[in-house]
Parts: sequence; C-alpha cells; structure tokens
Amino acid sequence: MFDPLFAALPMEEINRLWYALPLVVTISLVYGATRHELPGPIIEHALRFGLWIITFMAIIFVVLWLVTWGL
Amino acid sequence: MSDEAEFPSRYAPVDVDLRNPILAAMLAWLWPGAGHLYQRRFGKGALFMVCVLTTYFFGLTIAEGHVVFVRLKQPHPHYSFLGQIGVGLPAMPAVAQKVAKDMGWGPLFGGVMAPPSGKVSIDQHDELASWHEKLGFAFELGVLFTTIAGLLNVLAIFDAYAGPVFTVPGAQPGHQASPSSD
Repeated sequence: MFDPLFAALPMEEINRLWYALPLVVTISLVYGATRHELPGPIIEHALRFGLWIITFMAIIFVVLWLVTWGL
Repeated sequence: MSDEAEFPSRYAPVDVDLRNPILAAMLAWLWPGAGHLYQRRFGKGALFMVCVLTTYFFGLTIAEGHVVFVRLKQPHPHYSFLGQIGVGLPAMPAVAQKVAKDMGWGPLFGGVMAPPSGKVSIDQHDELASWHEKLGFAFELGVLFTTIAGLLNVLAIFDAYAGPVFTVPGAQPGHQASPSSD
C-alpha cells in the first residue's frame, strides 16, 4: 500500500526516530519520580507524561510535514 | 477540605526524611542517585542512577567520547557542557582535559572528553569539523543524550534537596498537595 507520508522520507530518517524512544522513557520516569515518592504513582505519571510527549511530537511532526509539503 | 478528602489516598503526600538536604543535593550532583541513597530512598536513587547514567554514557559512547568537552569561547562554543555538567563526576574528566590543555600537557585518558586540539576556526577544517564529518548524526545524538542526562539530573538534585512536588492527576495547575501537619 502506498503511504504518501513515509514515502516522502528516506528509511534512514525514519529509523532515526527510534532514538527518541529511550529518551521519552527516561525523561518520563525521571519527571514522574520528581512528582511522587511511591513506585505506583511514579509509573502512572510516567505513562501519562510519555504519552503526552509522543502526542506532542506527533503533532509537531505533522505540522512540519505540512509546512514543508512540496519543498 | 483536607488533603485526604481532596486527593485519592494513593496520591496523598508521603512524609520524606530528607536528612541533610544540602549534603543530599551535593551527593545527587556528584553522582546521580547518590543523594537519594544517602536519604535511604533506595528505589528512587536506583531509578535516577540508571536513567541518568544510561542516557549519559550511551550518548558519550555513540560519539566516541567527543561530545563532552569544555570550550566556551568563540568560535563554536560548546554551551552544551553547561547542561552536561549536571551529571557531576562523570563529566569531570572534561574539566581535567581542559586544565591539561591550558597547562600545555597532552590529552589525558586517551583523548576522551578532550577539547578539539589546535585552533578552531570557522573557515578551516579543524579537529572539531573532523569529528562532525566522521561521526555525523552520532555527534548530534551524543550531544543531545548527554545534555538531557545532565538536565534530568538537575531535576533529581532538586528532588533530593526538597523532596517530590506532589501532584494529583486532574488537579488544577499550580495546586500542590502538601503533607498534613498531623
């Protein structure tokens, strides 16, 4: 199936996105740990915060993709 | 309304014995997680240590030790070091390398964390340019990982000094739960 979004990006560029994953995990965990003391709330906070980061990055990705359309 | 009635019990503030907060903050800066271990907060100490040091050493390794160095003068100042220094001792070899260079000694530790040798200029192919040329994306990635590790440890230092900023999901922004006095 033709995917116009990812067809515009070289595979090397797409693979680089994987490096964001460990950063999202560590940032979420450390940030969650500065908001709570017990493991349960830390993990819950980290999951919510990680999801928020990924959503934010996805929105920025789409905005940049749109404004550079056709360049 | 009391905190207990206002917040779910699982998010209620927990009493934390910070022992000597200044000493804990200094230890937390010197070695990520050490301040929390001193405070007997072993889980959080281990979490900070693993997260911060893994991120830092991954970035350092992927860029072959060239992304953490002290050079704050023009051209091409390495301002990222101001973030990287947040990890404390693991970034200190860069300071030792800078001192060694200023004293006219050769690079220490096989050149790891040494600033670029020779003159760095905008219009000539210097050693810094050769690192970028050789490492490419790995250099940028290494700077990113090591800088984020340092900045994350700043959060951990604050946590060691003042304890967690208890927040509750859905609570109004800026509303901080505080431990009850009883």
